[in-house]
Parts: sequence; C-alpha cells; structure tokens
Amino acid sequence: MASTAQSMHDDRVARGRRSSGTSASAACIALLRRDLVLAWRRRGELFLPLLYAVIVAALFPFALGPDPELLARIAGGVLLVIVVLAMLPALESMFRVDLEDGTLEQWLLAPQPLALLALTRVIAHWLTTVLPLVVVMPLLGALLNLPVKVLPVLIVALLLATPLLVLLGSVLSALAAGARRSGILLALMLLPLAVPVVIFAAGAIAAAQAGMPFIAPLTWLAAALILAIVLAPLACAAALRIAVES
Amino acid sequence: MSRSYLPHWIHWLGSPPNFYRFAGALRPWFMAVALISALIGLYGGLVLAPPDYQQGDAYRIIFIHVPSAWMSLFIYATMAVAGLVALVWRVKLAEVIAMECAPTGAAFTLITLVTGSLWGKPMWGTWWTWDARLTSELVLLFLYLGVIGLYNAFEDHRRGARAASLLALVGIVNLPIVHYSVQWWNTLHQGTTVNFLDPARSSIAPAMLWPLLVMALATHLYFFASLLGRTRTGLLSLESGKQWVRALVGGQPAQTTGAPT
Repeated sequence: MASTAQSMHDDRVARGRRSSGTSASAACIALLRRDLVLAWRRRGELFLPLLYAVIVAALFPFALGPDPELLARIAGGVLLVIVVLAMLPALESMFRVDLEDGTLEQWLLAPQPLALLALTRVIAHWLTTVLPLVVVMPLLGALLNLPVKVLPVLIVALLLATPLLVLLGSVLSALAAGARRSGILLALMLLPLAVPVVIFAAGAIAAAQAGMPFIAPLTWLAAALILAIVLAPLACAAALRIAVES
Repeated sequence: MSRSYLPHWIHWLGSPPNFYRFAGALRPWFMAVALISALIGLYGGLVLAPPDYQQGDAYRIIFIHVPSAWMSLFIYATMAVAGLVALVWRVKLAEVIAMECAPTGAAFTLITLVTGSLWGKPMWGTWWTWDARLTSELVLLFLYLGVIGLYNAFEDHRRGARAASLLALVGIVNLPIVHYSVQWWNTLHQGTTVNFLDPARSSIAPAMLWPLLVMALATHLYFFASLLGRTRTGLLSLESGKQWVRALVGGQPAQTTGAPT
C-alpha cells in the first residue's frame, strides 16, 4: 500500500518535472531571478544597510577623536563589527514574508530539495543585501585611515566571512521566522556563532596590517565556508520545516 | 508489526504520567545524596585540603568553579542529546527535558564565570580578560540564553522546543572549543590538571583531587534532581488539558498550568 502510494507520488513528480521542465537548477534560477527582481523593484531599501554602515563608521572618529594612528589600528575590527551589525536587520526578514504568504509551504511541496531552495535564497540574500556592504567597505576603510596595502586582505576576508555569516544567519532566521518577535533574539543567537568568524577575519586583517603572514586565518575561513555551504542549507531546511508546521 | 529495538520500559518511561511519577519518586534521593556529598566535598575542600604552595587559600574556589565548568559543558551535551531525540523521534518528553536543561545550564555557566572572575582578581590582577577559555565560556552562556529566548518566543511550546533543540544542535560546535581552548591556545587560563583517562598524568595532589571529584558528583546529582523536578512541572504545564493532570490536581477542569491553588 505504502509502496504503491510512493510510486504514484514518484510518478506524479516525474510527470510534473517532464511537463513543466522544472529541474532543480531551473527552479533555483527561477527563484534567484524572482528574488533579484523583487529586490530591484524595492531598490531604495537596499541602501538602508549602506547608510547604517556609513553612519556607524562616521561615529567612530567622533567618539574616539580623529587620531589617524588610533583609527588605523582599530579600523579592521571596526569594519567587521559594522558589517555584522548592518547585516542583522535584513537577516530577520529573510524568510518571514514567505512564511506569511504561504510561499514556504510551496517550497516544502516542491519536488526540488528544500535545502537547495534555501541555498538559493541565501545566495540571493547575499547578493542583494551584503554584497553592496562589501563593495562599500574599502571606502569606509579609507575614512577610518586603513592602510591601502591591507585593502585586498580586507576584501578577501569579507568575501569569505560574509557568505559564512549569511549561511549561519539563514538557519537562525528560519528558526526565528515562526516566533512572535525575533529582533533582538536573532542578535542573541547570531552572536555566539559570529564570534569565531569575526575573530578569524579580523585576525587576518590585523596580521596583514602588522606585516605578518595572513594566509592561515583566511584558509580557516575558507574551510568553514565550504563546511557551511554543505551543512547550513540542511539545517536551514530542517528549521524551515519546523517554522511551517503548526 | 515492526520490531521494536528498544526495551519495553523505555516506551513506558516515555509516557508523561509514568515519567511524572518516576521522577517524583527518584528526585528526593538524588537531592539528598547531592546535599550530603556537597557537604563532604566542601568540608574536604575548604578544611581538610592543604593550601596551595603558590596560590595559598585562594585556590579553594576551584571546588565550586571547576565542577560548575564541567557541568556547563555536560548540561549542554545533555540538552543537545535530548534535543536530537526530540527532533528525530518527536518524543514529547525529550522536548521537555531538553528545554528544562537550559536554565540550569545557564546558571552553572554564570557561576563558572563569576567564580572565575572572583578568583582572577587576586591571582591575575583583573576581573576579566579576553582569554580563549573565558571568551568561549561566555559564548556558551549566550548559546544557553539564545536557546531559552527562542523557546519562549514561540506561542506553541512544542514548536518552540523543536526550534530551540535545533539551535542547541547547531551550537554544539562550541563545546570542543571550550574544552580544548586551554590546550590549543596557551593563554592566561591554566591548563588541565585533572586527567581522567590517564590518572598518572594528573598534576593535582590527591588531597585536593578527592574533594573536587566529590563536588563533581554532588553537582551532577543536583543537576539530575533539578532536571527531574523541572521536567515534572514542565510536563504538568504542557499536558495541563489532559486527563491525568486533571486527576492529579483534584478533578477540577484544568485551565491553569497546574499550579497549586
């Protein structure tokens, strides 16, 4: 009985795939395009994290005084903290709207693996809300008097650290999506997981600034990123299932 | 039908009313032995054990600090295992146990941090330092708080328990970092002096070791007693509409969470 039902289901799924031609990659591309179009239609919102980052970066010289040496010494760590903080507000809404309008239920019913769809959403989220931050960071680095020779290391560290943070954040965002209020909760949950990422990324920048070898922390970050690309979507899918069921 | 791989008594114990009675019967014994061994351990640690040749009497805080630190890791592992059982097999009891672990674990983590900083002031000359082990223990506290916060942010406690269990499992990567931090990074915090796998390599005096182990026994038993008690109230609150809870509180229609009136 169960096996016939299963085979009927498989048959239906197979027919559905043939008729509409939605292979996993096609579905992911469609989802990515949808997310990017939606983000572009509301492109004014994309500037809010940037504005936030610029404001926070501008506050530091006011609070600490405009001593160039002091600013140069703290710039790397400050920029990383700014990135983490500027990512937080957008992270909360990663799945919330889709949960409210029922899109997530369609994700669960879709023949494509849920983890793959979640990974696609992570990529779209990173492209729309975090990549602009990474692009603007060298500028803020210049504001904070970060030496120019450190800029490549800063960019590589950010390119490794921010996808990792978004992957970790996607799990937490999916967990918090079903909760009543999640603003400060998300920060509380992200902090423990973000600490090692910030340590290694800031460590690479500090090492480069001191003229010491900086490859080791970067490779640690890369290893963690690869691990997270494989594992985080699976955990995110499990969290989405908990968020949808009620 | 399908063969059961578990002995029958585990299924019996997994039923909330059975566990409620079982925990109620077991809890006083755990608590009594915990109190007695805590008294013995504290007497042995604070009175009988000789002063340290370097640290004098100040080292005696380890009889609180070290067992609490062990408990902070042990409770997290317990919570993660219960959370895994809750997520995989959807056992209601495991959800309650996982969630009731968190406050006790957070309390032990806080005790560890506070006693550590009290000891750090005379010994290191500072209340707090951003040392690897201190930082990872602080991160552990935040993990506990995140689990508690996520659990309480849900209207539906069962969904909240499953979400928080998943968070606990994600956070388990921090456990080896806390445990091995003093070996990986040689920083201010002193290295391991108690080696369970190879007692000959332990660098702690036997007169100091036995009160420490008795204290560890006491904290473990206290945790079990507290967990059993908390799980009992958690089950009552979760099952407040059920027949067995109504019978327990005296046949009244159950609207409250089973609090005595």
